[in-house]
Amino acid sequence: MMKDLSSMAAPVIEAQGVGLTFETNDGPVHALKDVNLTIGRGDFVSFIGPSGCGKTTFLRAIAALEHPTEGRLTVNGMTPDKARQARAYGYVFQAAGLYPWRTIAGNVKLPLEIMGFSRAEQEERVQKVLSLVDLEGFGKKFPWQLSGGMQQRASIARALAFDADILLMDEPFGALDEIVRDRLNEELLKLWARTGKTIGFVTHSIPEAVYLSTRIVVMSPRPGRITDVIESTLPRERPLDIRDTPEFIAIAHRVREGLRAGHSYD
Amino acid sequence: MMRSVLPILTVLAAILVVWYGAAVWLNSAWAYDQAAREGRELTLVDVVNGTMAQERPVLPVPHQVAKGLWDGVAGQKITSKRSLVWHGWVTLSATLLGFAIGTGLGIALAVGIVHNKAMDLSVMPWAIASQTIPILAIAPMVIVVLASLGVTGLLPKAVISAYLSFFPVLVGMVKGLRAPDGMQLDLLKTYNASSAATFWKLRLPASMPYLFASLKVGIAASLVGAIVGELPAGATAGLGARLLSGSYYGQTVQIWAALFAAATLAAVLVMVVGLIERVTLKRMGMAR
Ligand SMILES: Nc1ncnc2c1ncn2[C@@H]1O[C@H](COP(=O)(O)OP(=O)(O)OP(=O)(O)O)[C@@H](O)[C@H]1O
Ligand SMILES: [Mg+2]
Repeated sequence: MMKDLSSMAAPVIEAQGVGLTFETNDGPVHALKDVNLTIGRGDFVSFIGPSGCGKTTFLRAIAALEHPTEGRLTVNGMTPDKARQARAYGYVFQAAGLYPWRTIAGNVKLPLEIMGFSRAEQEERVQKVLSLVDLEGFGKKFPWQLSGGMQQRASIARALAFDADILLMDEPFGALDEIVRDRLNEELLKLWARTGKTIGFVTHSIPEAVYLSTRIVVMSPRPGRITDVIESTLPRERPLDIRDTPEFIAIAHRVREGLRAGHSYD
Repeated sequence: MMRSVLPILTVLAAILVVWYGAAVWLNSAWAYDQAAREGRELTLVDVVNGTMAQERPVLPVPHQVAKGLWDGVAGQKITSKRSLVWHGWVTLSATLLGFAIGTGLGIALAVGIVHNKAMDLSVMPWAIASQTIPILAIAPMVIVVLASLGVTGLLPKAVISAYLSFFPVLVGMVKGLRAPDGMQLDLLKTYNASSAATFWKLRLPASMPYLFASLKVGIAASLVGAIVGELPAGATAGLGARLLSGSYYGQTVQIWAALFAAATLAAVLVMVVGLIERVTLKRMGMAR
């Protein structure tokens, strides 16, 4: 099933000189400035950087939830708005944001209902993605009956339910404890290997970024910009204890250096 | 159980004590008058006894009101014009019709306000202004205008009732439909959902707790509206008419019995809405 991901990396997301300025009452805020980045098909790209460096803004711009004020941004060769209309991506927010009046299965079904899948297909897909995130048997439960980690998995299932080939995740595991986070990281990697999706992932954790990514984008604030892009030399197959290898530690060190360099102005 | 009953009983007992005290005080003047006319001297016991069973007391004592209520509810045929059940039904039917109209109008306006910028800016000030005009000033005009168009009976009262009840529903529903946060709305945007889908899948279900809270206010307001609608133009049926004829003829017991009937009706209506709320929210998985 696994596609050959290393070859033929066609650009899925392309940013050229992207800038995004919010006009606020206290004057303009330069959330992004001169961002250049190409993300290929099947890439797992993490965005890391201090608070306010524009990680969320960049992800939202890809999702057409914000609109760049400068430069050119394309998704699958289209404008982000067109890509959104073509339902090109699933978005996982920092909070699970499940609807309390829907069961877990009902929540996963939400995008399918909106996109007009048939009843039978809805049921089938819900079962499939719930087992993908290890939540079989929880479909009839309401969100408040599940732990935070399970809720977050349900929200990932919801983003996977329709066949978007891009998955955008904004600190999806930020609020979870270390152990749960490790498990979900491992599962996310498996899921990525099985589905061959292109993933954009925002995090504050260096080990998480290094463990998951094929590329790590280091950003720095005021104005929000990319300061370093680190290609991972780790294999795609990654057991959790890969984090103790010298190779892993070397990459983590580079990321930390990059983050520090971004801070050098103050 | 005991924990919740005891405070209620305590408050009830306190109210009764104050009520009896006030009745003795307010009704004693009449008892003294009577005695002076007949040239009798009154002991304290005589005074108290003389205030308990007057035909037209200033303030009837609780057991007189209770008896009046019992007579009105159980002592008459339901179809009798002296039956409180019959009068209550007349008021109730206007209340329910008014409540249905008011709720429909409130929800429709709220949907318009949330989806249409122009309505957002224009409707709310008028809705607020409508509620600053005393209902007692509006009611006779509604009755007269509708009567001149040949509309009498239930509908004019229901219109007044709707006039009072649409406002809380409107306010609650606008708040409810706007309850979804930015993230929940953004999520639907990523699915490229239409605004109709956003309404049915997100805004409407999210507004349910707000809707029910305002329906409880709305149903009570509906009842007040129906009663007020029965006051002008000499209506002969309904709790409002009972209040009015009671005050014409100084039948204070009748007034108080009608008041208590109205209060009981209001309490039952609010409880029914509360029950529907519990069942609905539980079904939706929103009650815990
Ligand atoms: N809607 C908005 N209006 C005005 N300013 C905004 C808006 N959204 C973000 N900003 C500003 O843009 C900058 C980048 O914000 P962004 O949320 O992208 O940061 P971030 O890297 O995701 O930070 P964090 O790690 O805290 O989530 C910040 O200075 C923020 O205050
Ligand atoms: Mg952020």
